[in-house]
Amino acid sequence: MIRHFIAGALAASVAFAAPAFAQQQKLRIGFITTMSGPQGVIGGYMRDSVELALDHLGRKVGGMDVEVIYGDDQTKPDVGVQVAEEMLKKHNVDFVAGIIWSNVMMAVAPVVNGAGKIMVGTNAGASPLAGNQCNELYFSTSWNNDQTPEAMGKFLQDSGVNDIYVMAPNYQAGKDMVAGLKRYYKGRIVEEVYTKLGQQDYQAEITQLRAKNPKAVFAFYPGGMGIQFLRQYEQAGLHGKLPLYTVYTVDEISIPAVKDAAVGIKEARFWSPDLKNPANEKYVNDYKKKYGKLPVFYGAQSYDGIMLIDSAVKATKGNVKDTKALVQAMRKANYPSIRGPFQFNNNHHPIQNFYLLDTVKLPSGDIEMRIQKTIFEKHKDSYHQDCKMKW
Amino acid sequence: MSWILVFEQLLNGVQLGVTLFLMAAGLTLVLGIMNLVNLAHGSLYMVGAYLTLAATQWTGNYFAGVALGLLGALVIGMLVEVITLRALYERDHLDQVLATFGLILFFNELVAILWGRASLYAQLPEWLRGHVELFAGSTYPVYRLSVIIVGLIVAVVLWYVVTRTRLGMLIRAGATNRTMVAALGVNIRLLYTVVFGFGAALAGLAGVMAGPIYSVQPGMGELILIQVFVVIVIGGIGSVRGALVGALIVGVVDTLGRAFLKPALSTMISPTAGEAAGPALASMLIYLLMAVVLALRPAGLFPARG
Repeated sequence: MIRHFIAGALAASVAFAAPAFAQQQKLRIGFITTMSGPQGVIGGYMRDSVELALDHLGRKVGGMDVEVIYGDDQTKPDVGVQVAEEMLKKHNVDFVAGIIWSNVMMAVAPVVNGAGKIMVGTNAGASPLAGNQCNELYFSTSWNNDQTPEAMGKFLQDSGVNDIYVMAPNYQAGKDMVAGLKRYYKGRIVEEVYTKLGQQDYQAEITQLRAKNPKAVFAFYPGGMGIQFLRQYEQAGLHGKLPLYTVYTVDEISIPAVKDAAVGIKEARFWSPDLKNPANEKYVNDYKKKYGKLPVFYGAQSYDGIMLIDSAVKATKGNVKDTKALVQAMRKANYPSIRGPFQFNNNHHPIQNFYLLDTVKLPSGDIEMRIQKTIFEKHKDSYHQDCKMKW
Repeated sequence: MSWILVFEQLLNGVQLGVTLFLMAAGLTLVLGIMNLVNLAHGSLYMVGAYLTLAATQWTGNYFAGVALGLLGALVIGMLVEVITLRALYERDHLDQVLATFGLILFFNELVAILWGRASLYAQLPEWLRGHVELFAGSTYPVYRLSVIIVGLIVAVVLWYVVTRTRLGMLIRAGATNRTMVAALGVNIRLLYTVVFGFGAALAGLAGVMAGPIYSVQPGMGELILIQVFVVIVIGGIGSVRGALVGALIVGVVDTLGRAFLKPALSTMISPTAGEAAGPALASMLIYLLMAVVLALRPAGLFPARG
């Protein structure tokens, strides 16, 4: 029995080891996102954007043949870790990228970095990773969670809105968003309401909101929650009467599901499909051509992640075992980013602009987001001082 | 805190309760009469919402869409009963849970393949979109009001069917003593199929009405299913009357808790206590209620079996 087992294990290890030697020249990137369940729609946009990036690069990254291994974290940190370990051990990936959720990232990043590989986060913006848990081998092509609500807070403060009602789901990111808002918004907060994570019906909260009669509303409802909230806000007759300012709520995924209920709602964001720069125009136009719909920021960041990896592999002439050189090259951010040229902060998070976006109905009847103004120029996140890394 | 506000929140609670009732009525009958734990009840809710959406787009008429959607849910419910569930009646509950959980996965993926994973937009006819003024200064969405009305009509019809018709008599008899009903020569198989299809159509109706309020997406059924189980445990398994009372209690308690628990705690104890405990307590309220009901009346408020 035992002898059979050993023989089997030996055979298996030989079987796995052989292709690794044979295909040494191939670059392997593990891309983790959520592909199943209701949030799988986000993963679809990210995967499509990675594929578009590979198309643009002629199916080579940094001049090397490339294989992207996709993994589904099912929005669960433990599954994310499992997927990452499989990528590292079985597929021998050189980079891991992706990840939507902060809690998944907090679990996966240490595993990837611990194995000596570079992690490129293309959405999750967990604050510890920007602050005291920053790591040489961790890069972000998105943002830190607090930055977007900070931009919205700044905009509200500057435009003289001084009486708002705040709503967010009752979990860490919800609290972080409100903390970010308050860092720049100094007016009155009528009430802070935290709803159950994943709640479907907001009618009770909307009735309370109307009774308080605030001048404006700030809301953070990502994904499906946003779709339900926006629609019920409209059904309650508040849309168009009580100004709604949101973060991560109105986007190219929720607009087709709520249609007119999104028109006129203001968002803060670092990017928008109508952002004017050559890299972004190429990305947005080709995305529309290939997939027949507008991309969303989750996708833009993922496209950017692949381009960042490409620039580093190119700079090191394909010597991907030299992680030091790769990190040096990535720090330069020497690639055409969809946000325009930018620099990395000491904590490997972009120093970037944040814009005010309006949701407008075009003469064609399509509803799209349009940049109204720049709120922050070259905005740094609020945690980089806690990061000990210097370069 | 004005009385108008409390009244509006009560209406919100009743509206949630009515939606839960439509789901719970079918589930409680299936569980009570057929002794079958059907986790896939939420899938029939989803199927109703999707079929209505597709049929409305296809026919261009809202009512035709709803009629086709309900019919579709009924037919699919009966098919599911005949094809998969018949084999499970004699098995224990764990097998039933496993099999119906498999059905959930099957339906969610099927829907994702047919319509994609993204949420769909369920359009309402113009006259259902507005608001009515209940009192001066208090407006209420017409659609939610019509959900309440439809739900109450269904409750009355169900009450009539269950207490005044031959079918209802069989259903009640089946809930009390299945063996005896079968021994008296009633085709219990057919009765099961009819009851299951009936329950599926009610779940489909709940899905139809939920579509424009929530989003129509794969997995939407599981989001409501847990609350529905709480309802039938509180109401008493197998009792339609229990499902109605349980659903209204759960709907009202959940809504009022979310609306007033935080301000109440803030004034009674301290603002920080309200801030910290309010939202957390509000989201567990119905489970606490269920625990209390289970402790005092383990068979629920209106047990079907004497």
